[in-house]
Amino acid sequence: MTSPLRVRGRAWVFGDEINTDDMYPGFAMKLPVPEAAQHMFDATRPGWPRLVEPGDIVVAGRNFGLGSSRACAELFVHLGISCLIAEQYNSLFHRNALNYGLPALVVPMARQLIDEGDVLAVDAAAGLLRNETRGVDHQVEPLPEFVTELIEGGGLISRLEAGGYLDRVDATSTTGGKS
Amino acid sequence: MPDTIIEKILARSSGMSEVRPGQIVTSDVDMTVVIDVQFAHDRLGDVRAVHDPDKIAVVLDHAVPAPTPRDAEHGTKARDFVAKHDIDRFYDVGRHGIVHQVIAEQGLVLPGTVVCCTDSHTCAGGALNSAARGLGPLEILQMICTGQTWYRVPPTIRYELTGAKPAHVNGKDIFLAIAGAYGDATDHALEFGGPGLASVPMSDRRTIATQGAEIGADFTLFPCDDLTEAFLAEVAPDTTYVPSNADADAEYADVRTIDLSTIEPMVALPGTVINNAVPLSRLESVTIDQAFIGSCANGQLADLEVAARIVAGRRVAPGVRLIVTPASQQVYLDAVRLGYVATLVEAGAVVTNSTCGACFGYHMGVLAPGEVCVTSSTRNFRGRMGSTEAHVYMGSPATVAASALIGRIASPDELAEVAA
Ligand code: SF4
Repeated sequence: MTSPLRVRGRAWVFGDEINTDDMYPGFAMKLPVPEAAQHMFDATRPGWPRLVEPGDIVVAGRNFGLGSSRACAELFVHLGISCLIAEQYNSLFHRNALNYGLPALVVPMARQLIDEGDVLAVDAAAGLLRNETRGVDHQVEPLPEFVTELIEGGGLISRLEAGGYLDRVDATSTTGGKS
Repeated sequence: MPDTIIEKILARSSGMSEVRPGQIVTSDVDMTVVIDVQFAHDRLGDVRAVHDPDKIAVVLDHAVPAPTPRDAEHGTKARDFVAKHDIDRFYDVGRHGIVHQVIAEQGLVLPGTVVCCTDSHTCAGGALNSAARGLGPLEILQMICTGQTWYRVPPTIRYELTGAKPAHVNGKDIFLAIAGAYGDATDHALEFGGPGLASVPMSDRRTIATQGAEIGADFTLFPCDDLTEAFLAEVAPDTTYVPSNADADAEYADVRTIDLSTIEPMVALPGTVINNAVPLSRLESVTIDQAFIGSCANGQLADLEVAARIVAGRRVAPGVRLIVTPASQQVYLDAVRLGYVATLVEAGAVVTNSTCGACFGYHMGVLAPGEVCVTSSTRNFRGRMGSTEAHVYMGSPATVAASALIGRIASPDELAEVAA
């Protein structure tokens, strides 16, 4: 099986201080995950979820994910986003991403290194970011080992299941649960 | 080694003699709090055994009484969960309120403790000298199962308060002055102290601590002082706790002095509070459709009292809706007994059930496209309170109440002029 820490995809570039209510609008919390995911960035980039292809990578500026604990990462995972890259994260949002098994790298100056549409290859454990479109390699801060282990293992739910803390659910349901 | 407040609490909770910024620690969590919406997309129903039922509380707040069958199902799941795991601290509809208010008034937030909940404004508990913060639903699930979580010890920014808070200034104004001038505090803890702190009542401390999430602070902490002890003597008599105050020579990432006597009423413009707040006196005329007083930040009894005093004997301006949401059933009951609710209703306000409701644009008071709201709630993001085409300004309960009467964002001082 391929590692979730080594991914390749097109970049979508967002700005500074992208907040959780923009990613996961309040009314979308009334919806099951697959439907809620279709409302990501309704306010600022309407229609974006329909343009996403599996493997795509989201790039953002400073203070990415300011706001609430709502599980935006779960929506990204649902859309097939393979990795987040930001110049800086809100810690609550960052932890959420890692716990849902989504690698989330800190890359200072990310928006100078990456344009929208660039094809990126990332090795989150080694801290390698290759911008294939520009033909440039960057060494970036790798994810710490306790995080790479978490992501390799499929995120926090899988870990809790493996530890015997949770009853397993059948394989057809998503990490998102039963709704 | 001298410690800041957060260093002291995280060291104690992780069994270390000292911790320093950047270090990752595993802490025992003293109180894990679950809210209704967490039962939506979660595996809470699959938990085999909780780590310790006495360290878990379940509070129904975001969407109660249920506005949709789906929300009603969260209540069903919550009731099953507390029954299965023998959890006594369950605040079901009737005993409910906004989570941060409920856990404070039930004495579940104590100095020196680690408190977690899946709501970003859990940092409210910092007013009571607790390392309280919001974490994601999966982490809360993990704490329920294991009783532990991890933290990266944040560097601390200290706000040294001097002077005395003017009576008409609210914690909201103090916070907005800070957010407007200093911007975000991402990955940092905030700590308040100094000789001016004694003039800041617990209700204002709770507003400030709650709002720390808006500038991305991991924790917003106040020391345990006489006011803290007086508050706790009311809500948690006979409970022992460990005051965790900063050492005099603790190391800070920055120390910023705020002279409280110079703070004036502030307003945040729509979008964010970060570098986006101005003194009300310098705001150009903004006419409003809705005025909202409520939320975990400003739905406290003190906030309702101020609002009632301002609207007493007056009427909400034609074309304006004033919505007031007490932060808990307890606040609601106190406000009824003290006559605030009658005063507000007589003035034309709608006093709602205690819930998150309008604050997160979910039910009871959401905004239509093009509408303008001035709110005392926590967050002014685009789309936060309903339509993404609505505009949300933020101010203190006094500012919101006066604005509702005048029909544009205004200070209570202007009421005398309008009447004259
Ligand atoms: S009142 Fe608003 S900010 Fe406070 S807990 Fe509820 S939704 Fe969150």
